[in-house]
Parts: sequence; structure tokens; C-alpha cells
Amino acid sequence: MGQTVKRVNNRSLASIVLAGALAVTLAGCGADATSTDSDTATSDGGAELSGSLAGAGASSQEAAMGGWMATFGSVAPDVTVTYEAVGSGGGREQFLAGGVQFAGSDAALKDEELEAAGERCFGGEAIELPLYISPIAVVYNLPSFEGENINMSAELIAKIFNGDVTVWNDPAIEAENPGTALPDLAIIPVNRSDESGTTENFTEYLEDASNGAWPHEASGDWPISGTQSGAQTSGVIDTVTGAEGAIAYVDASRAGDLGTVALKVGEEYVPFSAEAAAAVVDASPRAENASDKRIVVELDRSTTAAGAYPLVLISYSIACSQYEDETEAANVKAFLSYVASAEGQDVASAADVAGSAPISDDLRTEVQAAIDSISTVG
Amino acid sequence: MAVLSPTRAEKQHDEREPDVKRNQGGIAGRVFQYLSVAAGLTILLTLAAVAGFLVLRAWPALTASPEELQEISWFQGDSLLAYVGPLIFGTLLASLLALLIAVPLSVGIALFISHYAPRALAQALGYVIDLLAAIPSVVYGLWGALWLAPTLDPIFRWMTDFLGFIPLFEGYQPPAKNILTASVVLAVMILPIITAVTREVFLQTPVLHEEAALALGATRWEMVRMAVIPFGRSGVISASMLGLGRALGETMAVLMILSPGFLYSFFLLKPGQHQSIAANIASKFPEASGLSVSALIATGLALFVITLAVNMFARWIISRRSEFSGAN
Repeated sequence: MGQTVKRVNNRSLASIVLAGALAVTLAGCGADATSTDSDTATSDGGAELSGSLAGAGASSQEAAMGGWMATFGSVAPDVTVTYEAVGSGGGREQFLAGGVQFAGSDAALKDEELEAAGERCFGGEAIELPLYISPIAVVYNLPSFEGENINMSAELIAKIFNGDVTVWNDPAIEAENPGTALPDLAIIPVNRSDESGTTENFTEYLEDASNGAWPHEASGDWPISGTQSGAQTSGVIDTVTGAEGAIAYVDASRAGDLGTVALKVGEEYVPFSAEAAAAVVDASPRAENASDKRIVVELDRSTTAAGAYPLVLISYSIACSQYEDETEAANVKAFLSYVASAEGQDVASAADVAGSAPISDDLRTEVQAAIDSISTVG
Repeated sequence: MAVLSPTRAEKQHDEREPDVKRNQGGIAGRVFQYLSVAAGLTILLTLAAVAGFLVLRAWPALTASPEELQEISWFQGDSLLAYVGPLIFGTLLASLLALLIAVPLSVGIALFISHYAPRALAQALGYVIDLLAAIPSVVYGLWGALWLAPTLDPIFRWMTDFLGFIPLFEGYQPPAKNILTASVVLAVMILPIITAVTREVFLQTPVLHEEAALALGATRWEMVRMAVIPFGRSGVISASMLGLGRALGETMAVLMILSPGFLYSFFLLKPGQHQSIAANIASKFPEASGLSVSALIATGLALFVITLAVNMFARWIISRRSEFSGAN
């Protein structure tokens, strides 16, 4: 009797196991739902400013885009703007394939992409506009420290994140912060675990400004293994909050109650602020292949300009100088003009939207001229 | 004797079966037959479809040259295999650690519910355990990251201070975002399913065996050891594999807790050493495009193969065990 019971029992259990395994694997592979092709604009009307406008690209811009899309409704209520945060590379790819009308990207178009842009833009060229400037803050969790900011040079930050300076009361840190009491506590560097433009700009800053103290190349992926890390900005913040002595780099708008580092620029120490971030963009030269339409900034990370904060992320809005469809051109023009306007920049700079740094008026004039050049074929 | 009578009836039924002509049972019977065959086929088709999808979508990465793969910004190692290797290692390590914690605990709970607890308490406890299974994994992730990690922090500090001479426990760095924390959370997540199945199996121990053991003068513990556990052994293994399946594919909890890394490392307390396949896919997929999507799907294919292999291994163990299980 035992045998009969047993056999039945085994069989039913085995099927449970198989079903369970299937359910698990199915769930694991279901992540494909994020579709990569978004709607192309339906241009069904002569009426100005209606229809839809699709963009895709950098997730750094996502919060700001959210703000812009919400308030753009009051300018052009009949236009539906969408933005899919698929990442800078994905955004550029979709834009060049004609899937979206504009892209957001933390990096400017590469040479071969510029060629492809000629075709995509119906014989025109790509327009690149630095419309999202976001300061990156170096934050720390030191409840016992009472000063406002800890001062650090890029060289010191590089040594800390590379593991060469490991305690908070290291002479190298105390030398840059005379008269302050720093605790005898291990430093825990925290980085982003996912690939991100924030990491790329941070490592670029360390590479350019640290006088060789940073032995790695700039990249969007953290180059050191065996470190504490967190997914997305919120994961990093959680990790830093979770351990006394932790230090990390995050979008400045998300620094919250954590202490922030003032960066050494020239002989002074500059804490992050929207003005200081905008200042470094103005003080930086244009990239070699920049033009009136492609306003690409070659950030000068080792700048000594007074009051400039060199640790910033620039995210570009990429569009075409020519569109085939009149409505499309008009919509892109109107939306980018709004984003570039003082009002649009203020919307994004609000602390509860993206906390970005508004572009300066000089830059706006140039950007607006580029936007005005958008036309239709023929 | 009362226990014996249904058995005899069953046996008679067994012997008589070959003589009875198979009766299709008219239309209703046939409809039911087709329905169940269709249901069975659906499972197989789904399995085949998933496998086909994975191979198809992973194909560009499987056939790409190492140079092409190197162009993916987050790609590490010389080949796809070198990239997947540490991920498989991390996935298996986290899952096995979770099993190591969860199985003894589950067997204990199941035994308590089935053989020790008073009926009312057993029911309530069983209900609470089942409830644990209903909690979404993202909630476990939040719990692990925000509550468990800070709670484990002093314990891990103690472990690395006093047991640090064992390489396993060397080099703890707060916060507790290491593989051991992830495994503890995974263990809690797979506990309910293992307990539920194990409990059901233990409850099916033939009363006759138990009574025989007791009649021979065995204490209750000896009875459990001689009658219940041998009978339920293959069931416990099935339950563990079910739990292992969930642990292997668990994504959110690992993603939220672990500071990932790509190493073959047995340092359980150091951050940035391990990563699981599922969590890696989840963290990289949102911004992936082109070949990098294929590479991620290829890692998913690896997970699929591992899960199948684990289940086949489990079935093999069960079939081997059943022949000389104590239940005969």
C-alpha cells in the first residue's frame, strides 16, 4: 500500500516541481515588455501645433522631460509629447532610424552617427543643444562633522575613490580642511552599479582634473570591482545613508540631507550651485566639430574660472534641421523653444522636478538661433 | 484494522483493473480527455516557445566575435562564456546559501506543524507560513535593504572581527549589501513553499508506520526519525528544488540588496563580489539596445538551462531514492 501512495505522491510532486520551474523561468524572461519602437507621429492635419511628438533617450533627462511635457501642455494643448528613457545610445539609435523626432543624449553624436543623421534628416543635418545641465554632487555621510562642506581637490577625491586614502582623518584630507575635526572612521566609497552618464561625467572629471591620481579611463561603467554600489541614484543614496563614513557621487538635486563636498577650482573651493554649474559651461570651449547648429561643449573639467563648478553633466537634445512633414517640424520647433526658454529652464530647475542648472542667456540666444533654423524639406 | 480496510479495497481495485474494458465515457469523457491533453501540451509548447525565443534572440550574441562583444560598454571578460561564468557562480552561490538556511528550518517547521503542534496552533501556523508566500518579492527587497541590512550589520561586524580568520567571513564592509544578506532574504522567500510541500508530505506518512514505531517502544522523536523522515525524504528534496527554482530566478530582492560584482569569490561578507543573472538582466535591460540585448538574453538562456538542469537532477535523485525509501 505504501508503494501505491508513494508513486502517486511522487508523480504529483514532480509535476509541481516542473510547473514551478516553468513559472519561474517565464517570469524571469518576461522583461521583454519594454518595447523599443515607439509611435511615430501621426501627422493628420494642417492645423498648427497638433498631433504627437515622440522622443527617446537619456534617463538623466527623464525627470526634467516630465516637467517639460506637463507644462508644455499650456503652450500647445493639442500636442502630445512622449519621452521614453531608453538610455542615450538607444535614444540616438531610435532617432537615426527615424523612430522618434528628437532624442536626449548624454553624449554628442559620433562621426558616423553624424553621417547617418544627414540621411535621417532628409538632407539636412543634426541639431544638438545642451539644454539639460545637471550638477553632480559628491556626498558623504558623516553625522559627526559639523562644518558646511568638506573641501576636496579632484586629486584627493580620486585617491579616495581609488582606495588610496581610506580614513576620514587622513592627513591629506585634514590638509585641505584646516581647523575642522574629522573622525577616525573608514571611508566607504559608493558608486553606481548600473551604467550611467553620472558615472561617466564623474570619472571624466577625475581623469582630467586629478593630475594623474585617477589611473582609470573615463567610462559609464565603474572601473573598480569589489566596491559598495547601488542601482540608480536612489540605490546609491540608500547605500550612503546606510553606512556612516560612506562617500558617493549623485545628481546634486538628490543630495537631500547628506553633506556635499566643495570642489577645489583654482585656489578656491566651490560648493555646487545652479549658477556655478552654468558658469563652467559658459567658460568651456566648444568641441572641434561644433557648429551654429551643433552646440557641443567640450567641458573644461580642470577650469580655474572663478565660481565655476566643473563636475556637471550635460545632456543634449538632438533633433533634425529639416523635417519632411510640416507639423513635425513645427512641433519640434515649438517644444525645443519652450525647453530652451527661461520658463522651461526654470521648470526643470525646480527642486521637485530635476534640480538642473538653467542655461545662461548667452547660451540661450545661440540655442534659439539653432532652433529657428529648423525647416521643412524643399 | 480500521486503517487497513481502505488499503485492501484499493488493492482489489488494482488487481481488477486489467479486466475492465476501457470505457471512453461518451462525449463528456472525450471532451475531458481532449481538454487535459491540450492542457498538458500547452505546458510543453510554452516551454518550447520560451526556449525557442531565448535561442533566437540570443543568437546574435552567441555568434558574435569577442571583439564585437567587447564593444558593449558593460561587457567584461574575453567571451560570452567568460561573462556569464561569474554570473552563474553568483546565482548558484546565493541560491545554495539560501537553501542551506531554509531547508533545515522548513523541515523543522513542517515537522512541528505535522507532528508536534496542537491542531489549532498547527492550522494558524500553516496559514501564516502560506501568507509569507503571498508577499511580493519587491517588498522582500525593500525589507531586506531597509530593515534586514542594518539589523545584520552588528552581527556581520562581529563575524568579521572574531571569525575573520576564516576567509569566508573576511573583510566585511558596511552597509550589509553582500551575498549573505541576499541569501538570508532569499531563504525567507523560499521558506513558505518548502514548508508547505514538506508539511503535506509528512502528513501523508502512513499512520500504520507511525503506530508500528510507537508500538515498538520508540519515543516520538525516534518515530519521526524512523517513519516520517525516511518516508518524506524525496518529498523534501522536491520541495527544496521548488524553492531553489524560485531562488535562482529571483530578481528584485537581489537587485535591491546586493552591491554587484563579477568575481568568482567566496567572500560572503565583502561587497561587490557577486551578481545573479536575473538581477543583472533587470539592471542592464532598460538601457540596452542591439547586441547588448542579445547578450543579456544569452545570460537568460544560461539561467533557463541551469533551472532545467537543476530540476532534472532533482527528478533523478527522487527516482533513485524512491526504490529504497523507508516507506516500502
